[in-house]
Amino acid sequence: MATAVKQKSDVILQYLRPHKKMPSVWCAGCGNGIIMSAIIRAVDKLGYSKDEVVMVSGIGCSSRMPIYLDFNALHTTHGRALGFATGVKFARPDLKVIVITGDGDALAIGGNHFIHACRRNIDITTILINNAIYGMTGGQGSPATPSGAFSTTTPYGNVEKHFEPCELARAAGATYVGRTTVYHATQMEKMIAGGLAHSGFAFIEAISNCQTYFGRLNRKGDAVAMIKSFKENAVMLGKAKKMSEEELEGKIVIGTLYRTEKTEFCDEYQRVIDSLQGGK
Amino acid sequence: MNDSSRAGESSSSPATASKYDYSQGPPPLNINYDWCKACNICIALCPKQVFEPDREGKPLLARPENCTQCTICWVHCPDFAITSNYR
Repeated sequence: MATAVKQKSDVILQYLRPHKKMPSVWCAGCGNGIIMSAIIRAVDKLGYSKDEVVMVSGIGCSSRMPIYLDFNALHTTHGRALGFATGVKFARPDLKVIVITGDGDALAIGGNHFIHACRRNIDITTILINNAIYGMTGGQGSPATPSGAFSTTTPYGNVEKHFEPCELARAAGATYVGRTTVYHATQMEKMIAGGLAHSGFAFIEAISNCQTYFGRLNRKGDAVAMIKSFKENAVMLGKAKKMSEEELEGKIVIGTLYRTEKTEFCDEYQRVIDSLQGGK
Repeated sequence: MNDSSRAGESSSSPATASKYDYSQGPPPLNINYDWCKACNICIALCPKQVFEPDREGKPLLARPENCTQCTICWVHCPDFAITSNYR
């Protein structure tokens, strides 16, 4: 074979756990696998070793991801992934902590952990996979289910308003906020790499498809139809700034929405330790 | 899982045998039919219609000469079943 150059596509296979039985548990066409390969390519681009990265997850379809990836893994209780990740980062500030969470995991059960991790600005990269429904437990409505959308617990349409996770993260104090979709997998790779390189709380909302529950109950079609609808409805941030609110109705604004530099939690804590030890 | 499928080689069964003529050199893409779940994403997103579904819905390399190595198929494959052969 005349391919001496290392293939970028082969890199993905190097980061999978060798003893895990593939294919994965996810449904055919689930966006979780696309996000997983984007994470692998981002980690490989930055050149981190497998031992340097810790992947923490809670409960849900998305949180099955650390089982397949050959990083240090912590599969924790429902919603508490960010709480455990804060402990890991605090004990070992040299490690790169990635939190994989779903919309129900982060916004409903772990809502408090989420806003307080944002507030502390601790150096964790959080990837929220937003499929707008609880996929693993049977399609119940989550805090990210849009108004009027159908789920097994909202059979006449959701009467509640939904959360905007990026707005919430920015208001709570996250210093790197981005939104992307599974169609924009290359942008997602760059955004995750940017979040990992950023010192502070990086929050990336990855809009994903759940064709098994959300797609079926809301007549959105199969995985291909849902992924193509992300392509049609996505608007880059620069273009969205020139559009009116009526034009942005139903659209997904993608891109790095907010980025700033603030003091990081572990650095600040180390400064306190140093000042007390030096002052005795 | 044996070593050949870990490396992304196509382990084709008779039902999903590729139409590709291997005497023409290595194919532009390898498809791991053991990992493929027939989700149809690669077939639908390919801008050059390289793939055709077989009777199980899994992709066959029907028009490999059209492949431009745009990376869309393996970047969007949720099951890591497609690997590229060229840079």
